[in-house]
Amino acid sequence: MSNMIQTESLRFAYPADEGQKPVYALRGVDLEIEKGSFVVILGHNGSGKSTLAKTFNAVLLPAGGKVYVEGMDTLDQDLLLAIRQRVGMVFQNPDNQIVANVVEEDVAFAPENLGVPTEEIRRRVDGALKAVGMDEFVTHAPHLLSGGQKQRIAIAGVIAMEPACVVLDEATAMLDPIGRREVLATIHRLNQEKGITVILITHHMNEAENADRVVVMNDGRVDLDGTPEEVFSQVARLRHLGLTVPDTVDLLDRLRQKGWDVPLDALRAEDCAAAVAGALEKK
Amino acid sequence: MLKDITLGQYFPGNTAAHKLDPRTKILLVVLYITALFTAKSFLAYGLMALVLAVCVRVSKVGLRALVKGLKPVLFIIVFTGVLNLFFTPGEGILWAWGPLHITSSGLRNAAFMVLRIMLLIMGTFLLTYTTSPISLTDGLERLLNGLKRFHVPVHELTMIMSIALRFIPTLIEETDKIMSAQKARGADFESGNLMEKAKALVPILVPLFISAFRRADELATAMECRCYHGGEGRTKLHVLKYGRRDYTALALGVLVLAGVIAMRAFGR
Repeated sequence: MSNMIQTESLRFAYPADEGQKPVYALRGVDLEIEKGSFVVILGHNGSGKSTLAKTFNAVLLPAGGKVYVEGMDTLDQDLLLAIRQRVGMVFQNPDNQIVANVVEEDVAFAPENLGVPTEEIRRRVDGALKAVGMDEFVTHAPHLLSGGQKQRIAIAGVIAMEPACVVLDEATAMLDPIGRREVLATIHRLNQEKGITVILITHHMNEAENADRVVVMNDGRVDLDGTPEEVFSQVARLRHLGLTVPDTVDLLDRLRQKGWDVPLDALRAEDCAAAVAGALEKK
Repeated sequence: MLKDITLGQYFPGNTAAHKLDPRTKILLVVLYITALFTAKSFLAYGLMALVLAVCVRVSKVGLRALVKGLKPVLFIIVFTGVLNLFFTPGEGILWAWGPLHITSSGLRNAAFMVLRIMLLIMGTFLLTYTTSPISLTDGLERLLNGLKRFHVPVHELTMIMSIALRFIPTLIEETDKIMSAQKARGADFESGNLMEKAKALVPILVPLFISAFRRADELATAMECRCYHGGEGRTKLHVLKYGRRDYTALALGVLVLAGVIAMRAFGR
């Protein structure tokens, strides 16, 4: 299986004040992200998860080690545009990433930068807006839309580059529950229908339950890595890292402590309910 | 109160005035201003007023909206009017009191100045009322394209302009939020004299500036992530194209200017 993104003992430090030692935000990350997968990167504040995300499309360059995007080294200046076109990035605050004051103009921004011919831009803009379910809003003013809608416009603006991978850097953090659900449904659909690799950076555990893979960052290193079931059944470890576990796992964990015979990896609400019902029957 | 700011306000519509190429409209406004400053007789001003009236009619912009645009400059209009009225030297003094005197040429000058400013402002407002900010900056970029040869950063300037326009509503919203937050903690923006009021604005401006810089930083990163690398090799979603309508409008504009010049040449 080919890799979308690969990091090799990646290190990164933010510039420190004079006379002080630089603090490493990333201290040796080795990660391979498969093409077409849906990966969630979790971690508490300061764990390095956002810094890691920003190295994926050369916004930040490694201070040690390497990052490869489809085999392209992000340290190579000549490949900068090619890398950014392959890996799109959506940020936390939708207001600060919308460039134009008409929806279609904003979505067209990236293809315009890439020098795509006019008819092709039109096709991409319409396609991208349809893909995020915002095709009714072509000529609207972005500042009049809701947070979730704005964030979907931002996603459309990235999709219009036709990237192979989309990185969402806490893109749901500023949204209300409805907006968050809209955005999550949109990116899951993009992952399934268009085969776009999705890397979702978040601190909401519940957003991880439908992922292919969960990576937990702590102190600039990968701490846990595996399927959601594998990761979330490590309840003690997660709590030690200062992370909460999904409500379902929390319930199952407490039942187990009381001596119930339930599995820890029934993540989804339905599975959890079935597991509890099964255990009740046995009693 | 901040919602009333009408900077570059645009009234969407589907009239011939809206459909004209923005470049045509900018050029027409330039012709219009040239004609206004050439006009030296009531006949010429009458013609200009007629031209404006026709344009207003075509664009279906309400006369009330245009007159409202005059309000902020009312002081300047009155000031120039009064200055011209009382201080124009000349023959045929109609009325005098100390250094103040009204002459017939003063009366004429005052009327012309007031007419000129009013027509000027209403004409330019008509441009922003019928042209969306984005097509306006687009048109400006294309018109000034030739200056790139002289190393004028045309693309950068128009990009700055369109981003500034884009962020006006965002920053107004932010100002409102900061003001509410300050009021909730007992700040007072209404009472006191002008000095005190100005001082009360400082705690609003400081957080507003800080947040604007943070926004700018994030926006720059987001733009770079979307492959922005200056104006070179950029294409456009909407390509501007001159149509028959544009040529007709420009021809009419040139005709009016020629008419005004002729009137001046023949002293009418």
